[in-house]
Amino acid sequence: MTIDHTTKRKLKLATTSLAGCFGCHMSLLDMDERLADLLEHVEFDRSPFTDIKHCGQCDIGLIEGGVCNAENVHVLREFRSQCRILVAVGACAINGGVPAMRNYFDLQDCLKTVFLHGTNVTHPRIPNDPELPLLLDKVYPIGEIVPVDYFLPGCPPSAEAFLQLLQPLLAGEKPVIVKSQLHYD
Amino acid sequence: MSPRQNHFSPSTQEHLLHRLHAIQHDCLHISRESVQQVAQEFDLPVAQVAAVVAFHSFFHTQPRGRFDILFSNCTSCGYLSGEKNLLQLLCLQLHVTPGETRADGLVSIDETSCIGLCDQGPSLLINGLPITHLDDNKVVQLAQLIALETALPDWPSHWFDIHHTIHRQDWLLNGSPLPREIMLKALDIGRNNTLAMLLQSGLRGRGGAGFATSSKWQLCREAPGNARYVVCNADEGEPGTFKDRMLLTSYAENLFAGMALCAFVIGAKQGFVYLRAEYRYLLDSLQKTLQNCRHQGLLGNRILGHTDFDFDITIVVGAGAYICGEESALIESLEGKPGIPRIRPPFPVTHGYLGQPTVVNNVETFIAAAHIVYYGSETFRTIGTASSTGTKILSISGDCTFPGIYEYPFGISFQQILHDCGAQNVQAVQIGGPAGTLLSPAEFERTLAFDDVSSGGSLLIFGPHRDLLSVHRNFARFFAHESCGFCTPCRVGTPLIQKELDAIAEGRGSAYTIEELQQLGHLVQQQSHCGLGHTAANHVLDGLRKFPQVFSQHLLPHFTARFDLDQALASARHITQRDDPEAHLSND
Amino acid sequence: MTMTTDTIRIDDRDIPFTPGQTIMDAALAAGIYIPHLCHHPGLPPSGNCRLCMVKIGNRSTAACITTATAGQQIRSDTPELNATRKTITQMLFVEGNHICPSCEKTGNCKLQAMAYHFGMLDDHFPQFYPRRELDASHPDILLDRSRCILCDLCVRASRDVDKKNIFTTAGRGTQAHLIVNTPSGKLVDSPIAKTDLAANICPVGAILIKEKGYEVPIGRRIYDWQTIRETGLQEQVELKNKD
Repeated sequence: MTIDHTTKRKLKLATTSLAGCFGCHMSLLDMDERLADLLEHVEFDRSPFTDIKHCGQCDIGLIEGGVCNAENVHVLREFRSQCRILVAVGACAINGGVPAMRNYFDLQDCLKTVFLHGTNVTHPRIPNDPELPLLLDKVYPIGEIVPVDYFLPGCPPSAEAFLQLLQPLLAGEKPVIVKSQLHYD
Repeated sequence: MSPRQNHFSPSTQEHLLHRLHAIQHDCLHISRESVQQVAQEFDLPVAQVAAVVAFHSFFHTQPRGRFDILFSNCTSCGYLSGEKNLLQLLCLQLHVTPGETRADGLVSIDETSCIGLCDQGPSLLINGLPITHLDDNKVVQLAQLIALETALPDWPSHWFDIHHTIHRQDWLLNGSPLPREIMLKALDIGRNNTLAMLLQSGLRGRGGAGFATSSKWQLCREAPGNARYVVCNADEGEPGTFKDRMLLTSYAENLFAGMALCAFVIGAKQGFVYLRAEYRYLLDSLQKTLQNCRHQGLLGNRILGHTDFDFDITIVVGAGAYICGEESALIESLEGKPGIPRIRPPFPVTHGYLGQPTVVNNVETFIAAAHIVYYGSETFRTIGTASSTGTKILSISGDCTFPGIYEYPFGISFQQILHDCGAQNVQAVQIGGPAGTLLSPAEFERTLAFDDVSSGGSLLIFGPHRDLLSVHRNFARFFAHESCGFCTPCRVGTPLIQKELDAIAEGRGSAYTIEELQQLGHLVQQQSHCGLGHTAANHVLDGLRKFPQVFSQHLLPHFTARFDLDQALASARHITQRDDPEAHLSND
Repeated sequence: MTMTTDTIRIDDRDIPFTPGQTIMDAALAAGIYIPHLCHHPGLPPSGNCRLCMVKIGNRSTAACITTATAGQQIRSDTPELNATRKTITQMLFVEGNHICPSCEKTGNCKLQAMAYHFGMLDDHFPQFYPRRELDASHPDILLDRSRCILCDLCVRASRDVDKKNIFTTAGRGTQAHLIVNTPSGKLVDSPIAKTDLAANICPVGAILIKEKGYEVPIGRRIYDWQTIRETGLQEQVELKNKD
């Protein structure tokens, strides 16, 4: 990959998956050997790849997944406040995606069906431990909660699309997704 | 061929909307079975009847209460225009959820767009009948009468009285020519001279758009067709307008004479008055007046002995859809279809009712035409301005001492109007209803005229204590509710404008929200299919330009979630019975 | 086509038209693409989607319902108009439930392809997430109203081509939805067949033929290899060849 090599400091990159399936992360890893190149220029902060629990000051934050519960809101806000550039990665972060299909139903009906009246429920009870993050009434796109700088559509975006996003960002330029790479599935 | 054709055929006897009104009245709703039955009776596709039912606010597919109450939600006659939320008060008294019918079927309470009682204080319709000057005391009494299931005829009869307060009358309202004399004059001078008289008078349509009436009639007369129709648009739905309510009560004979004149000029045999459902209570007296006109030989066959002049008028009652005030939507509704505006051109004047040349004019326009023919065009032409001749009747309401009806010569300044109605320290005036123009005090010297500030008749006054943002929210909600749903910009844009305004009022707005409103406003204004969409964003664009502080004072310095985060957890809190700190979120 | 010296100008091209022809039909016949979703060659125009909004002077008008008249100076392919069209596309996305990964139409969807055409990266507006009734009653055809963009193509196809009059739209504003012309309101009770134009014309995944989902692998679906522009022009040629 071609990156401006005058950049001395490695850029800090954080990633997370909210209400997502980690498919976008898997696709990022599909860069294969190009990952090695990438790592010469970036350092991962909070990410499933590092297991760092909180996001420090970062240059770029990649968010996969929509926002389905209170914890997602906290994580998203932490990313927004710590990351200079925030990117919504994948269908779920952009419009709620497959998890948002629960939005067709009332939340209470969903919980009752799963925990009270569903098949094979042996101890009907809706979990209410304070340790569990409360569910929002709907799954929301991240852009409805924090400002988002860039969007990378796809379910998941291809490794190629990740490169098209990251290369200009690392070079301090505005990424442009070419139309031939643009897809929502 | 259907055997029914030899017998009573409802399609020629009764309008589809009237059949549906009757079912709604008798059964308190229109069931799937009823839709099917009506479709058979009228030989229409079942989906068309279902679509007409779904299109209109006054038809319901689930039963309403035996007492069905609709509060106006207009800024002048609405349930929030007094000191208390009267709708909420009545709901609490009767244990009703707004919009839902009480389990025992006794009562349903809901809101509806302006019911044209803006000079009568907070008002409602109960089973179609108006009750005005509401306050908390009256609402409590009303609740008791309902709880005791007292029949409406046994309610205090003065509650249902409507007083038309005319504060200023001029050329039109001062005139009271007998319809017979009007007709004799026209028959005497003939079609061409009648039309010439209208041309000389400079009369332009009183609905607001101001198309020259003589041109419209002439174009219709010249258009090829098998039949021609005269339609009176009495679907006065612009919030804040109520002058037609008065005209239909006190000047109905002259209205019918005006329509007959038009029929005489263009060669029509059939006319329609499309009356808004909110004025259904005027129907009986209008029918009586019609009958009276027939007895006098002013309507029917061989009018005043003229062998080639047959014309009669049918009144069709709408069912709660602002869009039907748009002339092509009105015609669709007359034809028994949902009121979706047609592609224009062609215009109704060449392709109107049943595809035939049709004149659609406002109530006031027909009456003005009748008076011009009787009194001559000379006086009329000297009143007003060169391009806006004659007078205009205004419905004035809101924050002023003397709300009511005012007739002014065109060219009058708003400063003068505000002085006359006792409005002081006025913050803003909305001319022509939510679809019209919002004026700031700096513009009060502007004048009422087609080429300055035009109005179909509504003038809403907002005094110094009025929260203009709540006014904008009210208007935005009105358009989102009344959008017919046909085109994308209006269908999606009007609820988006509403959402953005709500966000500002609820403390979630930022500079971003203002930018969004600007862009949405222009898009809806420029890309929509019909006049409703073209004007739906006027108020917010005017507001942003003329009263920026109304919006900016509520803005956050930064972006926050576009919805209420804590509210979004309420459902989960409820079902888990949690209320610990982690069960809450804040937008800060 | 009758020879005529009358022309209209779209952007920088003068193109011929026949009397009565709309700007859209004249443009497509001349190989000029004006974006559209509710227009289909051969069906009467509706003018509801507003993607074909063009400018004549200062006036905005929908090309599909505006009659061509000699000397019209029309602007269509401008950055400003395309930005508006992209916004209208985003409005259609947020209004319904357009979750592409879970929709059988993905890859063959015109709304999706239109969004690709304008380089749409996000939906911009807050999502409506409507809850609309799904009709799976018919053995061959599925009606998912939550994906309907109210383009009215199935209504016109069923009425004017299939001569079955199966669909109509009902309800106002965001309550507007497709209804089925049967006493039960269910598709199973209608005479619709999976070979009908109405069953196949849906630009999105609202009306789907059952048991066909995901039949074509990714990479070989329509909009994996062609653009909505090419489809739009092709449909016009197909109609001409049929005539």
